[in-house]
Amino acid sequence: MEFLDLITNALVSGVALGSIYALLALGLSITFGVLHIPNVAHPALMIAGAYAVVFANARGLDPIVAALLLTVPFYALGIVFYEFYARAFEKRGRGNTLQSLTLFFGVSLVIEIALVVAFGTDLRSVEVPYVGRSLEFGIVLLPYRFLVPALLAPVVILALWLYMTRTYSGLALRAVAHDDRALSISGVNPVSIKRHAFGIATALAVLAGAALVITGPVDPFAGRVQIGRVFAIVVLAGLGSIPGTLVAAILIGIAEALVTAFLSPSWAPGVAFAILLGTLAIRPSGLFGAR
Amino acid sequence: MSEPIVVIRGVEKWFGGLRALGPVDVDLKPGERLGLIGPNGSGKTTLINCLSGLFVPDKGTIVYDGRDITREPAFRRARMGIARSFQIPRPFTGMTVLENLLVPMDYLGSHERSELERADEVLASVGLAARRDAPAESLSQLELRKLELARALVTEPKVLVADEAMAGLSENEIDDVLALLMRLNDTGVAIIMIEHIMHAVMRFSQRMICLETGRIIAMGTPQDVAQDRQVQKVYFGERAGA
Amino acid sequence: MRTLPFLVIAALILVGGLFLPQFVGNPYYFFAGYVVLQYVVIATGWNILGGYAGYINFGTSAFFGAGVYVAAFLIKAFGAPLPVQILAAGVVGMLLGVATGYLTLRIQGVYFSIATVALVVVLETLIHNIDYLGGASGMQTIAPPAPAWFGGQTQYVFCAMLVLAVVAVVAARFIERSWIGRSLRAIKASEPAAEACGVPTLSMKLVACAISGAIIAIAGAPYAYYASHVDPLSAFSLTIGLNALAMPLIGGTRSWIGPVIGALLLASVQQIATVTISSEFNILAVGIVLIAFVVLAPEGILGLIADLKEKLRRRGARP
Repeated sequence: MEFLDLITNALVSGVALGSIYALLALGLSITFGVLHIPNVAHPALMIAGAYAVVFANARGLDPIVAALLLTVPFYALGIVFYEFYARAFEKRGRGNTLQSLTLFFGVSLVIEIALVVAFGTDLRSVEVPYVGRSLEFGIVLLPYRFLVPALLAPVVILALWLYMTRTYSGLALRAVAHDDRALSISGVNPVSIKRHAFGIATALAVLAGAALVITGPVDPFAGRVQIGRVFAIVVLAGLGSIPGTLVAAILIGIAEALVTAFLSPSWAPGVAFAILLGTLAIRPSGLFGAR
Repeated sequence: MSEPIVVIRGVEKWFGGLRALGPVDVDLKPGERLGLIGPNGSGKTTLINCLSGLFVPDKGTIVYDGRDITREPAFRRARMGIARSFQIPRPFTGMTVLENLLVPMDYLGSHERSELERADEVLASVGLAARRDAPAESLSQLELRKLELARALVTEPKVLVADEAMAGLSENEIDDVLALLMRLNDTGVAIIMIEHIMHAVMRFSQRMICLETGRIIAMGTPQDVAQDRQVQKVYFGERAGA
Repeated sequence: MRTLPFLVIAALILVGGLFLPQFVGNPYYFFAGYVVLQYVVIATGWNILGGYAGYINFGTSAFFGAGVYVAAFLIKAFGAPLPVQILAAGVVGMLLGVATGYLTLRIQGVYFSIATVALVVVLETLIHNIDYLGGASGMQTIAPPAPAWFGGQTQYVFCAMLVLAVVAVVAARFIERSWIGRSLRAIKASEPAAEACGVPTLSMKLVACAISGAIIAIAGAPYAYYASHVDPLSAFSLTIGLNALAMPLIGGTRSWIGPVIGALLLASVQQIATVTISSEFNILAVGIVLIAFVVLAPEGILGLIADLKEKLRRRGARP
């Protein structure tokens, strides 16, 4: 292939990939970025979401429709999960980050193994008419299995951004990140706001799972590769910045696509980690962080 | 008339787009008792964080004992003789009271038997001798305050910053801590006291500084500062209104 | 425990273990014992950073895998003997610890933990791309024969791991009781307060990273010898990352004996369990026990024992 072809296609697929990554990181951007809860179980929840979508798809449902329906039970799951977390740590006044990290790590393992026990370790995928076909536009060739989730991402991000900036509960959510006490004085219960936020983040995990499984087949451990990537995006974006998440994710997507095109696909998983380390070393506040 | 031991010149600290402190100039003489007052968020803790090295100021210089320490890390300043206590006590949990004191002493060089004697001496002077082998997490609020001070004292500092060392204590306990700080000052240690408890800080200080929105609005004897019109407006006015 | 009895017991275990091959014939016991001891080393190494300084390393398998592959490389390239492999693995583990720490420790502990998760993926990616080390499918590691005195390969690596375990535990106990341990615990309790007491927190954390990284990597070194085949999946195994965390937390992180108890307990149970139930249920069980301990008994078995003693003392005090 010509150099120009190669680089154009790498850029296009990088943007598409980045858009999908943004969707994967979005839930974490709320839990870690806004609530400061280091939810390392988010990628595992995402894979659980992907399996739920596969299950629904096998019964004839379109994966995106299935994911939208599944946001309701996942929201509920998030609420229950947060309640458990809060009882274990925050209410006891032991808001120890390292212990909660360990808890989420344990939860993540339990989810993975539960999936192995229930579905085995084989790769699972969804069946949709557009998988296998590609959009051809001049020299650009983009498979629909990337294009569809890549278009879903900006819609979800926009919806979330509008919610966070235009609605009362979205604003309360952002306020809670700054100061619990201020809110409880103004009559809003910070615990219920946080619970709600955690529910939204978990609901986003199922949308992310759908995007992931449309892109390619998943196995129970597929979340592990994503941990470095999603944290890299959230940190690079500047904690809690929703538009920043999209920009950071696209940057990482492009970087990976270029490495894949010019080096080897087997090096791509290392890219996000290098970017994460670089960000932590040079600008820990991220691209859009205040400080 | 001795040279000042701490010279702070034009120090500023910014958080994001907000200037939390400065520019401020402060001198501290050896053995002086300086009170630092001001409403919440006026920059008192930011100022002493710049002095103790927890923050690096964005502008200005800090000279200690004739040496520019503006960019020195906190641990080195501590070893040079700038000690501090924290507003919210930060005991080293998982250790006994004695071990808490051994942490700073590990970095003073001598690992002699006299080290333990020194620690015991300090514990006795703050009244914690009986709690020597108790776990730090079992201490009461007053004892935690005393532990904070004891930990600062074992290093034999030249400057001690006491950040609200009396918050949450009863009247008797306040007298207790004040007497302790006075005794310490008698041995030649300069003390900067940040305090909300007005009568305590006025009784203690030889000189007082009042900060408001990051700037010094009054400096002088406790009486002068307390009667300063601006101070009364921002400080007492705020209190009366609250 | 006093220092003299401790050292006597350590020496007795060491000598007794070294002569074990002369009396026990069945190699299975050495096979299983090797794994249990390997976890004693890993848990002890993990605890120096995680338990004392409070920095949680999720990427233990990255350090372990680095040790495995350093040894595998040395076998393939030079046919190096086991002690050389172990020393080299220690040096590489130390450098890896310092490098990871230097990049991430200046910020919050959470970032360090996250970086260690990603570190596993990166090292695995690296090995996948090195054909000399067998890439994704792994490679045979035919080690030089063991000294005849030990009576077999398995017995030899068992004895090597026993030496490593004793050395690691003695080192951990020494660190815990020295000024280094005090500084690390001060860092765990409050970094600003530690700094204000003259503790160079960044340097001390790097020291802890280096020691911890070296010990964990050393635990991986004899694996190439033990299994005579290495591959990325088993070298960077999820089980190792999980156990490294679970064993100290279950045993208790405050003292050197916590990780030892946790490792002996958990690894023995796992050795028995792998014979009877599947490895998935094994991990699942460990995960659930880990969650239970984090939530209900954050000080581990040591904490439970201390609580029990306290209760008994109170009951005794009340006439």
